[in-house]
Amino acid sequence: MTDIEILLAQFEEIANNPKKQLEQYISEGKKVIGCYPYYVPEELIYAAGMIPMGLWGKRGNPNKAKEYFAPFYCSLVQMNLEMALNGDLQKLSGVVHTTLCDTLRPSSQNFRVAMDKIPMIFLAHPQNRKPEFGVEYTMAIYSKMLNQLEEIVGRKVSAGDIKEAIKVYNENRQAKREFVKNAGMHPELISAVQRSAVLKSSYFMEKHLHTTMLNELNKMLQASPIEEWHGTRVVTSGIICDNPSFLKILDDNRIAIAADDVAHESRSFRKDAPYNEDPIRSLAVQFADQDQDTILYDPSLNSRPSHIIDLVKNSNAQGVIVLMMTFCDPEEMEYPSLYNALKEAKIPCLKIGYNHQITDFGQARTSLQAFAEVLSMKN
Amino acid sequence: MNDVKKDLKKPAKIMLREIVDKVYAEAWEAKKRGEPVGWSSSKFPAEIAETLGLKVCYPENQAAAIAAKHGGKRMCEYAESLGYDNDICGYARISLAFAAGAECEEKPMPQPDFLLCCNNICNCMTKWYENIARMHNIPLIMIDIPYNNTPEVNDENITYIRAQFENAIKQLEKISGKKFNTEKFKRVCENANRTAKAWLKACSFCQYKPSPLSGFDLFNHMAVVVTARCRKESAEAFEALAAEYEESVNNGTSTWHYDENYRIMFEGIPCWPELQNLFRPLKEKGINTTAIVYAPAFGFVYNNMDEMIRAYCKAPNSVCLETGVDWREGICRENKVDGILVHYNRSCKPWSGYMPEMERRFRKDLGVAVVGFDGDQADPRNFANAQYITRVEGLYEIMESKKNGGL
Repeated sequence: MTDIEILLAQFEEIANNPKKQLEQYISEGKKVIGCYPYYVPEELIYAAGMIPMGLWGKRGNPNKAKEYFAPFYCSLVQMNLEMALNGDLQKLSGVVHTTLCDTLRPSSQNFRVAMDKIPMIFLAHPQNRKPEFGVEYTMAIYSKMLNQLEEIVGRKVSAGDIKEAIKVYNENRQAKREFVKNAGMHPELISAVQRSAVLKSSYFMEKHLHTTMLNELNKMLQASPIEEWHGTRVVTSGIICDNPSFLKILDDNRIAIAADDVAHESRSFRKDAPYNEDPIRSLAVQFADQDQDTILYDPSLNSRPSHIIDLVKNSNAQGVIVLMMTFCDPEEMEYPSLYNALKEAKIPCLKIGYNHQITDFGQARTSLQAFAEVLSMKN
Repeated sequence: MNDVKKDLKKPAKIMLREIVDKVYAEAWEAKKRGEPVGWSSSKFPAEIAETLGLKVCYPENQAAAIAAKHGGKRMCEYAESLGYDNDICGYARISLAFAAGAECEEKPMPQPDFLLCCNNICNCMTKWYENIARMHNIPLIMIDIPYNNTPEVNDENITYIRAQFENAIKQLEKISGKKFNTEKFKRVCENANRTAKAWLKACSFCQYKPSPLSGFDLFNHMAVVVTARCRKESAEAFEALAAEYEESVNNGTSTWHYDENYRIMFEGIPCWPELQNLFRPLKEKGINTTAIVYAPAFGFVYNNMDEMIRAYCKAPNSVCLETGVDWREGICRENKVDGILVHYNRSCKPWSGYMPEMERRFRKDLGVAVVGFDGDQADPRNFANAQYITRVEGLYEIMESKKNGGL
């Protein structure tokens, strides 16, 4: 095994075993806070000396969660509740529940009722986040979140603690952005499966440790010569794209992920928190700066399609694969604008249905094979 | 002489229908005069546009009307041909199709020059209106009401929303070319309060046994509380409606012309394309709907700006589970229901998303029969009449059994 392969195997081990990570933290006496998507200011949890762990569902079918949701709700939210009802989350000291989509709204109520033994930290982000009044509202709700975290951890968190956490997180975001670029330039060294594992593992790791490992990987990748890629390159877009069975189809067809517009991946680390004397304001401004996301109000109305076109151009990709999360109306609502913009820019686009329940991507395999051929002809 | 006067008096339902017609006629006239016409979500603070004399149409009301006139499937399919998934809310699909130019004789209205979006109803509204703003390249005035996890609205929410109201006023002053007149605003608010109170009073007559009305009537009348709640004539029409119900109580008459063996709450938005199908098994079994969630949902009563903001935080899909349960159980008790028919509305994720838990609470707290069915507010493809009939039969049987001391 090369040094790169050894590191990648470590990332994969962590990404595929969140339960083991959780057990490890608990055995070390650390408190762990689960974080629903999207835009949870994990820095506050880190600053309080606790471990934030991402809750983005798990592969499988909802069973107990059906007691709370009709079938037409997204699998991510249903599987989070399923994990909770199965006892997988019982060792968490709290869960931060957001409300930025129409499934998360009732989900927050279902989670609170179903899991009354786990403190739920409710976080209703503003959509009018950019004006000063939006920033101030975000600061108010983040301050409340901090108070709840302090109660859980049993101590006050200082501004210095939060500033230090912001520094750690900014470094981690920077390392992830670099990795995305490096992975796009070295598809011969980083498969789609491995790329996903590297990014996913950060949801289950203490960020400074993830950064250390990732910086090492980035250094090795940057030192590697650029090789000609005998395949195609795409930008992926969607909520989540972490199923190894699906990603392996990309690898089998030599479709490299040159960049992504995936909520679970790049959308979550595009923006750093800018420096401010008040660290809560730093985090609020960071959220205000978030854009080009289907779940956020876009005051400029049309920034996302041009952002994705830029991603394609800047990463030398030839097409876009949209992973359409089943029953995700924000993604569905923004699809026609994206599709039309890509069509106008003559960028091929493939939409594939995606959710946590799919085990057989046979249909997707056929579509991806055909798409790869279309893209290779574009070369 | 009194009898002559009484004969000349217009029935309230005609007054109400004329008000909605007038709202749309005025919008058309404004458009012809070259004035800007807006489209507004139903729970945007209508008081602001009304104060500035801006003419506004209501896509949700339009979509419901189109769906009731059986144009929903055609319009939804048009939207799907534009790339909008059939999973998206039926109202949104109908509205997006109309905004994109789909022909629609069922309920035409002027295309918009500006948009008023308030997401207290749902987040879908935000993207729906963004898409229309893009299609027409027009301004979108956005009021964001964060979802609530507690019955009380937090102070930081009030501060945030108040700033947005002020922002919206500034934006609409530019669009209308008029200065916001606080005296007029006060009068508009008085009208809105009077309308809300009269609406609630009219709805409250469902409490009488037998009820002087079929609860399904309220689904039709609510169009006025959606589109014209700031107008004096709306208050007068609902007051007239309440007076008619009062008279019916005294005379022992009702708009429900069947047996009233049982009384139920209809939970959720009705399946507009299927009103006849919804109604048929209920009337056959003598089940009157005496409670609908829209009664409290549009009863915005307030005394000042802060209370007005709090009122707009209380839309069915922006309140916490406990408030939602309280509302419903309140009207169920007041209106003496024996059962609840829950519409699992394929179009409305925030509404249907906590219904299984609500069902459990209804059963426990009220001890009434609760049965659910699958449907859609606008897309008839998501409704199966056979399933609906079976579920109503099931509801009837449970109510029968409870009445006879079983279950």
